[in-house]
Amino acid sequence: MSRTILHVDLNNYYASVECLYRPEIRDKPVIVCGDAEARHGIVLAKNYPAKMLGVKTGEAIWKAKQKCQGLVLVRADFKKYIKFSRMARAIYANYSDQIEPFGIDEAWVDVSGSTKIFGTGPEIADAIRQRLRDELGLTGSVGVSYNKIFAKLGSDMKKPDDTTIIMQENFREKVWPLPVGELLYVGRATRRKLQNRAIYTIGNLANRDVSDLKMMLGMWGETLWNFANGLDYAPVKQIGEESFIKSIGNSTTTPRDLINNQDVKLIIYVLAESVAARLRKHGLKCKTVSISVRGNDLLSFERQGKLSNPTFLADDIALKAIELFQTNYRWDKPIRSLGIRGADLVTADGHIQIDLFDNSKVNAETLAVTVDNLHKRFGHYSVQRCSMLLDQNLTGFNPKEDHVIHPVSYFK
Amino acid sequence: MGKVFVEITAKHDVHGNIRPLTIKWEEGRIFEVDRLLDVRQAASIKGGGMGIRYTCRICNKQVYLFNDEGKWFVERK
Repeated sequence: MSRTILHVDLNNYYASVECLYRPEIRDKPVIVCGDAEARHGIVLAKNYPAKMLGVKTGEAIWKAKQKCQGLVLVRADFKKYIKFSRMARAIYANYSDQIEPFGIDEAWVDVSGSTKIFGTGPEIADAIRQRLRDELGLTGSVGVSYNKIFAKLGSDMKKPDDTTIIMQENFREKVWPLPVGELLYVGRATRRKLQNRAIYTIGNLANRDVSDLKMMLGMWGETLWNFANGLDYAPVKQIGEESFIKSIGNSTTTPRDLINNQDVKLIIYVLAESVAARLRKHGLKCKTVSISVRGNDLLSFERQGKLSNPTFLADDIALKAIELFQTNYRWDKPIRSLGIRGADLVTADGHIQIDLFDNSKVNAETLAVTVDNLHKRFGHYSVQRCSMLLDQNLTGFNPKEDHVIHPVSYFK
Repeated sequence: MGKVFVEITAKHDVHGNIRPLTIKWEEGRIFEVDRLLDVRQAASIKGGGMGIRYTCRICNKQVYLFNDEGKWFVERK
């Protein structure tokens, strides 16, 4: 049976919420931005007047200011955004119990089971949009399709506040002319590879031979080919199903650009401490460490490596991260932001092979738990690594408690 | 445009329902809520914000009274 899946994307999410609370700025160009003094001063979101003037998400505040006079800057208030996101999901929950959030402002909703009660997919989509407008004062774009990939594509096609329908009968006309970069999981690198072989549109991709694509991209070739042909059968997850933790990570944009290995080591230790503490809190250990590095040209890459033993110790994670960094970075440009993630999680109380003569690892684990207790009783800065004092401007932040919004992956 | 935060008196019943009885306007005048016409969650486009919206009849006029997590406000005309 063909499914009916909606993908709801709240338009200009952060900016819309801020404009709702401040009617006087609605018609002016508005950007929502991070803390400029901590160098988190980039445009996180903008409203339509700002978009018309050419402001782009991710650019520096000073650049945005140059583009339009009378620009209104609003500091991001994540608590508010999370509250609205929760309320939007409560609205979707009236139509289905299969709701899979994708970031803070997007979600898939599988309404196959409730079309007999609430009407067809497009009717439910329009009802949801109406309720978002009335009850939350936000607008959303909805894509209606028979799989998740096309539903997501659909929600990007008509903005703001509109419904796009892509069905089995018409996906060739609607989806295939789009540039291949629009497809989920075709990023900068994959797009370049595809374009080198004259694959410019989703249709080009769909009509290629699968084995060709497999040669070019490995198993991803087949996955993307399936996506382009509408052969995605991934289910929309049930509410609550997505809470299973797959990885734990922290990242930061540093107060100044990092220029040498010493700087990078300091930041890696701060992040590793936080990742390790969070692993311990959840009773988990990681078997893989991955790092993400973003240069001051804002291009980023990610590398990962396996650990010999599962760990929740900051030292092990940091050493692996430093090793990964040093083998993969040539210092052709300074670094703007760094991230560390522990993946391949196992429960911490699993059995491990203990060294017969050296039990320093067990001691280190006891020590880490003790330090956690000290942090809990006397504050985050009561006990810290000596190296943290080398450059307090750089390391004076606490990734564990300073708020972070976690990115999500499609293949959970 | 804009909103006016107001002091109210209300009746809380055993089911957790809240029924506003009187509203104290900015300059201290107290108005009685003559009838409650509708209660629902709604955005306040004029006032800016969002909450549980009580559609009240006060002195023969229809007024939107919002409860935004315990803070009550009326849309300014």
